Amino acid sequence: MQDITDFFSFSDPNVRYVVLGNILLSASAAMVGAFILLQKKALVGDAVSHAVLPGVCAAFLFSGSKNTALMLVGAFATGWLALITIDYIAAKSKIKKDAAIGLVLSVFFGAGMVMMTYIQQSGNAAQSGLDHFIFGNAATLVGTDLLVFSVLAAVLLLVVGIFFKAFALVAFDRPYAEALGYPVRRLDLLLTSLTVLAVVTGITAVGVVLMAAMLVTPAAAARYWTDNIRRMVGISVAFGVFAGFAGAYISYVAPAMPTGPWMVVVSSAIAFFSFFFAPRKGIVPRLYTQHKNRQVITEENTLKMFYHLGERNSHFDGQRSLEELASTREVNKTLLKTALRRLVAKGLLVVRANQWALTAAGYQKAMRVVRLHRLWELYLTKYMDIASDHVHDDAETIEHILTPELERELEHQLGYPDKDPHDTKIPKT
Amino acid sequence: MVGDAISHAVLPGIVIAFLLSGSRETLPMLLGAGATGMLATFLIEYFHRRANLQTDAAIGVTFTFLFAVGIILIGAYAGQVDLDQDCVLYGEIAYVPIDLWVTEGGLILGPRPVYILSAVLLVVALFIKIGYKELKLTSFDPAFASALGISTALWHYLLMAAVSLATVSSFESVGAILVIAFLIGPPATAYLLTHDLKYMLAITAALGIFIAFTGYWTAYWLNASIAGCMAVVTGIGFAAVFAAQRLMKTKGSPAEPTRAIG
Repeated sequence: MQDITDFFSFSDPNVRYVVLGNILLSASAAMVGAFILLQKKALVGDAVSHAVLPGVCAAFLFSGSKNTALMLVGAFATGWLALITIDYIAAKSKIKKDAAIGLVLSVFFGAGMVMMTYIQQSGNAAQSGLDHFIFGNAATLVGTDLLVFSVLAAVLLLVVGIFFKAFALVAFDRPYAEALGYPVRRLDLLLTSLTVLAVVTGITAVGVVLMAAMLVTPAAAARYWTDNIRRMVGISVAFGVFAGFAGAYISYVAPAMPTGPWMVVVSSAIAFFSFFFAPRKGIVPRLYTQHKNRQVITEENTLKMFYHLGERNSHFDGQRSLEELASTREVNKTLLKTALRRLVAKGLLVVRANQWALTAAGYQKAMRVVRLHRLWELYLTKYMDIASDHVHDDAETIEHILTPELERELEHQLGYPDKDPHDTKIPKT
Repeated sequence: MVGDAISHAVLPGIVIAFLLSGSRETLPMLLGAGATGMLATFLIEYFHRRANLQTDAAIGVTFTFLFAVGIILIGAYAGQVDLDQDCVLYGEIAYVPIDLWVTEGGLILGPRPVYILSAVLLVVALFIKIGYKELKLTSFDPAFASALGISTALWHYLLMAAVSLATVSSFESVGAILVIAFLIGPPATAYLLTHDLKYMLAITAALGIFIAFTGYWTAYWLNASIAGCMAVVTGIGFAAVFAAQRLMKTKGSPAEPTRAIG
């Protein structure tokens, strides 16, 4: 408990720095990440985050000290160069984009490593801690770092705010944006620069490897909650902020725990939760909808059996046994039994001594499904010129989907018919 | 890019295998790394198919997550683990001669990684030899392949298993990130040079050997990281071929549009 109160009172300046720094950088990364994701360039973040290494080393070699600003400039330069190279290779040769990304990021990283080993052997005492740039160390954030973060975050926010409409348009419909006269190539370049800026901001705290995650993961999660781009950017930033906050908290409670990786794990957890449980788009809700639909279809098909049996002797409320029902169409008996039980529970059937019969409501519903089926068959033969022996399967699907409005429209178009193409009666309500 | 994903995703597997076996024995590590490598491929496919997640995002989310888990595990057990982030990320090929394979009788049979990597080379070469036709079909025309009755999913996972094997066995020597340079660099360069898959394979192998030699000598000369130099040589090789082709194209047929198809 003590930890929690200590942490949330923010009395410790170190806690304040780390929390604020984390939040600023993850929010700005998540904001840019939303556009990167929509442009299907999620791996670009990965490429930039590896490619900054030679820049960092070069800045160190050049200045001989760990000057944060200079290193950020170096990182920005090589990160940017890497992205330009990737685009160039992908545009001017038959190498695919993902191969170009892999090649460029690993070669840049290799160059960085060569420089790093060179630095380590040069005996410069200031070199220790240079590898913090690779894994990051949020616990060492100080006031000046925070100032740099704030400025960078403000710049990102401002630029994204100004170009929001243009970025959204390019992400969704590039040819249209071109036709409208937007400078698409320059906008690409701007987004690229913003990406590099966001990654570079994060490397001191999260490290190069994991910064790619802070760019893409919150955005990927946000995509599952909305179809509106403004909301998506907002949600993405919220997820990023939460992950930054949680990462700082975990490493505060358990000092051995690194902040950056925990930020990534928290935001991955949010993303996995979204993939599975986000309403409508998540895996579980989608499976549930599929299951529901399948149930409705089985129930309606079962009701149809009663109607078809009733048609044979115009006795629609007759008692039917399981065998009699199963004889009307290919059906799995256990599935049929559960469907019958559900229909009884819904009050569409009554059961007496293992014999089932339609209730008044059940009869209405059964009749409606059969009616839709036959109307559709007639529509297909009449308007689509499909032979009458080819229309059954299609009608079998659509009968579960047609709405009352479409039903009325069909009737109207077909002139309130009495008979379907197989010359059987279309029931009327 | 799946190679990139696998090479990062093996980290937690290596750490878990290390914690369970308590030693730096190669076999448990290979198994652990292989397991998480396959887990990564599976997760990527699963999110892509089931959740309709775009492939690049599926890759990006999955491997960064596994990598972060790996780093946390290392951090959590840092005291007991003779394994640090640097060693996994960078590897050190210069230690290969030290890691000797000593039999119980005390007989020294030479550096162990040499044996392991030879075995891996043999397995991968055999895999390509045996599955050449299927691999070719599934990579160029998956629809035709499945029409012929070849399981594209099976061959996808087999190929990914081979990628995992190659990646995992090299990480000790060159590190998790630079493996990608050797996985993508030579084939990409060869792809620029030829349209024939057989030639492409041959050029790739030759380039691999060339890179190993020149990279080593550069590193020796600069006294820098061997793997890093090999990656740089790979990059230079690709850049040279790429530039030469660009020059020839603009010289040979200036009227022709220079944009590549596809």
